[in-house]
Amino acid sequence: MAAEEFEPRIIAFLCNWCTYTGADLAGTSRIQYPPNIRIIRLMCSGGLDPVYVAKALLEGADGVLIGGCHPGDCHYQSGNYKARRRVAILQSILDQMGFDSDRVWLRWISASEGQYFADTVTDMVAALKEKGPNPLRHVGAI
Amino acid sequence: MIETTIAVESSTKHTVQALLRSLLERGTVDALLVPLTLPGGTTAPTLVTNPQALDQADPLAPVLPINAARAASQLTMTGHSQKLGLVLRACEIRALVELVKFQQANLDQALIIGIDCLGTYPLADYQAADNKDQVVDDLLAGATSGELTPHQGLAFRSACQICEQPLPQGEHVALTLGLVGVEPGQLYLKARDDLAEALELVPNGTPPGRKAAAQNLIAARTQARDEALAEVRQRLGDQPNMQGLLQEFSACIRCHNCMINCPICYCRECIFRTPTFEHESQLYFQWAERKGTVRMMPDTLLFHLTRLNHMVTSCVGCGLCTDACPADIPVATLFRAVGQQAQAIFDYHPGRSLEEAAPVQEFREDELTSMGERPGR
Repeated sequence: MAAEEFEPRIIAFLCNWCTYTGADLAGTSRIQYPPNIRIIRLMCSGGLDPVYVAKALLEGADGVLIGGCHPGDCHYQSGNYKARRRVAILQSILDQMGFDSDRVWLRWISASEGQYFADTVTDMVAALKEKGPNPLRHVGAI
Repeated sequence: MIETTIAVESSTKHTVQALLRSLLERGTVDALLVPLTLPGGTTAPTLVTNPQALDQADPLAPVLPINAARAASQLTMTGHSQKLGLVLRACEIRALVELVKFQQANLDQALIIGIDCLGTYPLADYQAADNKDQVVDDLLAGATSGELTPHQGLAFRSACQICEQPLPQGEHVALTLGLVGVEPGQLYLKARDDLAEALELVPNGTPPGRKAAAQNLIAARTQARDEALAEVRQRLGDQPNMQGLLQEFSACIRCHNCMINCPICYCRECIFRTPTFEHESQLYFQWAERKGTVRMMPDTLLFHLTRLNHMVTSCVGCGLCTDACPADIPVATLFRAVGQQAQAIFDYHPGRSLEEAAPVQEFREDELTSMGERPGR
């Protein structure tokens, strides 16, 4: 039997008002995109504690997508700016640990950008296929 | 601010005691948080209202049982009418500044009295030392030139060996008790005008040797810091995929002591002390199936990674985490190495000023603008 092609698993934390609604639009518009994504809806990207991103990566998620409103468009005024700082800190820490921080993507995707949402997932799946599986997936002693 | 140098009577310790006592007696402060020598010979931060009790005060004792910023937080957080003087080392002041920013301490009725830190020894080593006066005198002798060498048979705490900010700094320090670059038998004071008046200090300038001695000390410590942090970075970065971090924390027993003793980790309810991470039995077996093994207790790396994410931008390098670790993991050196780079993103210096918000507290619209944007646009 031929080796199965590696299918990345992406955990997506999407804000309720923009990116999640954008994903919804992609669905209702019947835009095709790879089914490699598991979406967790948050009220705001600013409400995402990095502990959950770290947990996903340590458990072996191949990528984490964090989706929020475009700068200036946050439903809560400034949550996405706060998320941006937290992701910058997280990526700095991951890099220093020798872990590829480009497995964590932050993207601003609005409620009207269904096509962009689908494109982002498509691009991310392609990028992760290139990187290969998360090396922590089978590391148990962490 | 005025600067002056006064002659020491009998010993530096007694002169410091006398200064603190006069602050209490004149009502400049109603209470002092100050290291006090306790039965058993160690010295610990103590809240003092009785001026006589200051006979046992010993801010020069080279020991740091807790970061007293935590004590200051507990004393001031919910408000008090008494005027409180806080006698602190530089790393404690920096931690306190961070706690004020996080609204965990309140300086409305408190004034900070900083003392030059000549380095501290591990608690048990200092407690076991026979001649504590000699231990302090050795440090005072080195302070004049800024070349601080530990007392024979003792070694400074690892955090102190790489501490490049041993002197109290900043507008928020109302009174500095200066030891570095001061001739033997003298004590340098830098006081806010109201305190100078209360203590009847006559300005006579900075001691001539202070600047050079401070530079000496800071240069030596900066070099030691750079070497220690480079070593940690090599251990972390040489191996891909967090294997370095995994090895650093392989001896971690998940006691959470590092978090409990960290002055910055102030959360009343840490997520790691909640049932969030207590799972149904069956789940552990599922995870073991998937990964082959599950280390118990689980989530060791997650704990440390989360702590890094939550507090490392405010890490002041006091080293209490390393002291508290029963497995001798060099937590503080690692956190300082990671913190230095995370803090650099925001050009942030923890504890430097009450005017600067901590990185996780604020944001700027015009920063990090390429993040989150569609690549190639």
